[in-house]
Amino acid sequence: MPEVRVVNLTKKFGDIVALDNVNLVVNDKEYFALLGPSGCGKTTLLRLIAGLIEPDEGEIYIGGKRVDDVPPEDREIGFVFQTFALFPHLTVWDNVNYGPRVKNFDPKESGTIVGEVLEMVKLHERLDAYPNELSGGMMQRIAVARALAAGAKILLLDEPLGQLDAKVRNEIRYEMRKMAKDLNLTAIHVTHDQAEAMSISDRIAVMKKGKIVQVGTPQELYMNPTSLFVANFIGESNFLEGSVADATNGKLVIELRGGVKVHAFGKGVEKGDRAIVVVRPEVFVVEREGNQGGNVLRGVVGKITFEGTFVRYVIKLESEDSVVVIKPSLTEKWFDVGASITLSFEPEKAHVFPYPEAGLTEEISV
Amino acid sequence: MYLAAVIVFLALILLPPIIGIFTKWNTIQQVFDQPPLMDRALTAVANSFVIALLVSALDVLAGVPMAWLITRGKSKWLNVLDTTADIPFIVPTAALGYSLLLFWNGPEGLSALFGGSLISTGWLLIVLLHFAFSYPIVVRVLVGALLDYKMEYEQASRTLGAPPFIAVRTVTFPILKPALIAAFILSFARSLSETGATFIVAGAFENGPVFLQDMKNEFSSGVVSQVTYEGATVFASLLLIAISLSIFALIRILGPKLRLPFDRVWPSIERKLSYSKAATSRNSVTLIVFVAIVLVPSLFVALPAFQALFTGTFSAAVSGSGVWGDYWQSLLLSYLLGAIVTLIGFIVGLPMAILIARKKFGKTPSTVLDILVNVPLIVPSIALGVSLKFFWQSFAFIPEFLLLVFAHLAITYPYFVRSMSAAFERISLDMEEAARTLGAKPFGVFRTIMLPLAKYSILSGAIMVFTRSISETGATLAVLAADSPLKTAPVVIVDWVKGVVPATSLEIGLGCGLLVLFSFLILLLLRLVSRGKGRY
Repeated sequence: MPEVRVVNLTKKFGDIVALDNVNLVVNDKEYFALLGPSGCGKTTLLRLIAGLIEPDEGEIYIGGKRVDDVPPEDREIGFVFQTFALFPHLTVWDNVNYGPRVKNFDPKESGTIVGEVLEMVKLHERLDAYPNELSGGMMQRIAVARALAAGAKILLLDEPLGQLDAKVRNEIRYEMRKMAKDLNLTAIHVTHDQAEAMSISDRIAVMKKGKIVQVGTPQELYMNPTSLFVANFIGESNFLEGSVADATNGKLVIELRGGVKVHAFGKGVEKGDRAIVVVRPEVFVVEREGNQGGNVLRGVVGKITFEGTFVRYVIKLESEDSVVVIKPSLTEKWFDVGASITLSFEPEKAHVFPYPEAGLTEEISV
Repeated sequence: MYLAAVIVFLALILLPPIIGIFTKWNTIQQVFDQPPLMDRALTAVANSFVIALLVSALDVLAGVPMAWLITRGKSKWLNVLDTTADIPFIVPTAALGYSLLLFWNGPEGLSALFGGSLISTGWLLIVLLHFAFSYPIVVRVLVGALLDYKMEYEQASRTLGAPPFIAVRTVTFPILKPALIAAFILSFARSLSETGATFIVAGAFENGPVFLQDMKNEFSSGVVSQVTYEGATVFASLLLIAISLSIFALIRILGPKLRLPFDRVWPSIERKLSYSKAATSRNSVTLIVFVAIVLVPSLFVALPAFQALFTGTFSAAVSGSGVWGDYWQSLLLSYLLGAIVTLIGFIVGLPMAILIARKKFGKTPSTVLDILVNVPLIVPSIALGVSLKFFWQSFAFIPEFLLLVFAHLAITYPYFVRSMSAAFERISLDMEEAARTLGAKPFGVFRTIMLPLAKYSILSGAIMVFTRSISETGATLAVLAADSPLKTAPVVIVDWVKGVVPATSLEIGLGCGLLVLFSFLILLLLRLVSRGKGRY
């Protein structure tokens, strides 16, 4: 069945290495996202799987069969382009019927298929319209319908929602997932929008500079990022610099800038190493005074931003570092600008990483 | 200013040729009174259209794989090929005609291998000639269209299950249809217009322009009377103009409705055409056709020109003795004329281009103007020249040189306006509005934003106008009196080849060679000046 596997895949454009020795398995019937900042190689990987470009090194398997030498028309894939690439000279019907037509299906059979698919995307009333008469959302659905009518077992989606406005985008993304699940398709969805990837994917591969840095479910990536880059790119994080004062069996004591000692868990660091403690903004417990025990940071509220569901505080710590804290706006009490407060967090909810050689800014830059 | 531009266009470019021909309307009776003459005229005009049709079809057929190779091929030599494909374009057609004559027909060319002339003068040689000089135009248009074409359409088609051949047939070509039609029309119009080179290779064969030129020669040598000459000229010119206008109107109307006749696909056959050796052999045939039928024949004149360097001909040419005095004079005249026409064309064309691009008079008038501006492009230039001559004859005080300027201006006007209005259309209105909000006055916006952004297109328009003016023979011949001292370079070449002025083959070869060389140098200069500028 249509599982997709790439092995040691490398692609260069001139001197630029777009994809650097990538290995990845996308399971059958999985809704999978390739997530990363622009220029990370995610679209290149998708186009390699589709056969639109050829790899310099490595192998690509679809359903267990090696397809490096198989032209795109024989890979049983459906590709949805960011610009949709609807044929401007063909009507909606002819666009969707294009796959069956070039595969020389029996006209009756293809008529049934096209009708069904158009019904599914709820566009069976605009059959004679040309693409330039359709809205962005309609064009997007026609693009998907066209891929489905061609008999795709694997949907390759290149920023399929990138051209739509925010409201439509949020509606359509769930439709996409539902459709893929209903039809038992394998889908690979390229996006730079982490919220989009998180909300619809079974699993996500986060990419950076031609490499895959972490693969996992949305929860895994959020709860247990394996790198500073993922911790920053998925969701939001505070980075507190310090050095390891004690390390026993993964139990760490980190001395932060300003001398405060905090407890946390982590691997890959030893006593004396420079390290970074990563804490999500919603993990902090905020009190006016009197946060007792360990992992307490003191500071002053520097800025408040009301964001609807949440209130965002920027807290100036005694060490001069700034941290961001997010609290529900209706269920928690608010703090004023200038208020002295204490922050605390549970050791299990923080992550510790060695201080990156290239520096923190470089490591988390997109 | 815009109104002035429209008036200049109507008074100087569009109306004189239309009115001119009707001033001699009554002479047409002469033709009806002489059935043999009428037959001859009708045959000639019919020949023109048959040849134009054949040539444009062949050109598009040969140009498509060439443009494909240039834009899609992977070899690093493609740049060279791209540049080489332009060569026949910069060779003035009179020189090109002589070059082809030598290659296919002359004793030094291919005929040397076969003993006797391989291809005698006549329609086949005309077809070969027109094919060669239209080829670069067709390739240029198609390369441009292919570069602008969004590859995603074709890739989408591939992912939907179409092998390359089917993808191109069902998606790429239908989307590029306007460009294919444009290429066909340009080639068709060029073939109808070309006179000088056609006259050189025609032999006893007559197409429209050759017939008009023959009539003029017969009149000046006293074979036919003035009214017969004028009648025949008006008759043939009117037919040429009327038929070409209706054909272009027809293409304009039917073009968008034109579809490839087959909706269905033949997967197994078309798959073979996509892969296997089909692609390789297609490229080979394309290259062979280009080199053997376009490139080598076009440049063959270099051979006698080169030989001439080592004989007395060259020193005679340098010293300007014998026929060479006239030659140098004609060369100077040609370039001077070209420069003046380019300059005036720019001045009168610029406001018209803005008017069309920015729809200054509203949508419909702008569209109408856009169509009208293109009319001179599709009217055979010799017919245009004939008509202009009739029109300006009534103003005897106008010097002949000015007539030449008017004729060349009328022919080249569309090139300038088209390239400039296309460039202005590409400049987003936002750009202008941004400049206005930053405090620029309308003229300031034009000078600091529009002009710099359109510079490249203006320059390429200028190059087209200039080369076209240097090449133009038909209208030049039509406008000039038979004994006029104002002979341009291509007219001199035609005179030499046709033996009107006795010249040796070495002299003709060198004359053509020098003409090519100078045109090439000027183009090179213009390219160097414009290099790396204006591409945004």
